[in-house]
Amino acid sequence: MGFDQYHEPPSELPEEARTFARMSANLIEEAEAIDWYEQRLAIERDPDARAIMLDAEGEEFKHFSMNLEFLFRRLPLWREIAQGILFQEGDIVEHGEESEEEATEGEAAKGAPLAGSESLGIGSLRGSPE
Amino acid sequence: MSHLLREHAPVTSAGWKLLDDEARERLTPALAARKLVDFSGPHGWDHSATNLGRVEEISDPPGDGIAAGQRRVLGLVELRAHFAISRSQLDDAERGAVDIDLETLDGAARRIATAENAAVFHGLASAGMQGIAEASTHETINLGEDCEVYPRHVAKSVDALRASGVDGPYGLALSPEGHTHVLETAEHGGYPLMQHLQEILGGPIIWAPGVNGGVVVSLRGGDFLFDSGEDLSIGYENHDADSVQLYLEESFSFRVATPEAAVPLPT
Repeated sequence: MGFDQYHEPPSELPEEARTFARMSANLIEEAEAIDWYEQRLAIERDPDARAIMLDAEGEEFKHFSMNLEFLFRRLPLWREIAQGILFQEGDIVEHGEESEEEATEGEAAKGAPLAGSESLGIGSLRGSPE
Repeated sequence: MSHLLREHAPVTSAGWKLLDDEARERLTPALAARKLVDFSGPHGWDHSATNLGRVEEISDPPGDGIAAGQRRVLGLVELRAHFAISRSQLDDAERGAVDIDLETLDGAARRIATAENAAVFHGLASAGMQGIAEASTHETINLGEDCEVYPRHVAKSVDALRASGVDGPYGLALSPEGHTHVLETAEHGGYPLMQHLQEILGGPIIWAPGVNGGVVVSLRGGDFLFDSGEDLSIGYENHDADSVQLYLEESFSFRVATPEAAVPLPT
């Protein structure tokens, strides 16, 4: 059995990092499955076969979205940047640049924990409920 | 592995999550200073001093015709609040119990939050840190016990700040006793005192354990600087058959850049 999702020795990774790696691998596999169904649907003419594949692809959309939401919940900064890009009309690249800038500047101001830190991640509380 | 040695504690990942979540929940309402001052960092455990941008002349330079000086820095202080957690309580949490007794952790959270607030608002002389109230160049206004006159005191403070060219919005750090009085009080006609004070300040009224009376501060930014080394974390000390000895810890320094940006209101 392979453990290709790890780029560091798994024994040195905390449990949360191993879960994150598994869910990231799931996300990639769901995206690949969607791509495969799209390619098959592009050439399939049989209406029954198409209906089954469309139904199956819907499952992959759901799985992909659930995996993505899980990862967003684990990485709030990723979630915050994604919020500025996903489901928005207009220029995707422009939204991406703006969202990244706003989120990372905000994160620095809030006192986000350093990478690998085991702190409680409280940082600044300016603007938090009184 | 970090110096917190969490991997050595007989505490599972779920146990650490329980402790971290509880600590965060208890600390957040009590960390009043962080709701009012600028926060820089965290810069890490190995961040030991804050640059003051000053140099002090050395009286015995190492050579003729040499002028020598030494940079002045403000060393970070480390605060630790120890507590012990019963191993049987942690075991019960693993079994799914939801009414875990974490009173010792709650007490440690209260102590360290109160200490942080006290250091920021009233200073820590032995560590060379001056607090906001002590540094203020304004005349102190006695807050007193009668909270019906608080609006007058707060308005006077805001006027003093404006007269010094210190813009708002302004916030008020208020002792727990004062905060309770304000919450309980409605002025003539039933208008809540809390709301009236917020309108005068244009900013929040913060429940601030560790503060004597109250302190009105400007929230415009750049006046009060909290420099965080290691942000609040739980570390492991030792354990026996019955309990695990842990501690809450942080390192920080605090500086007042604009003494005239606050008015102390002691009781």
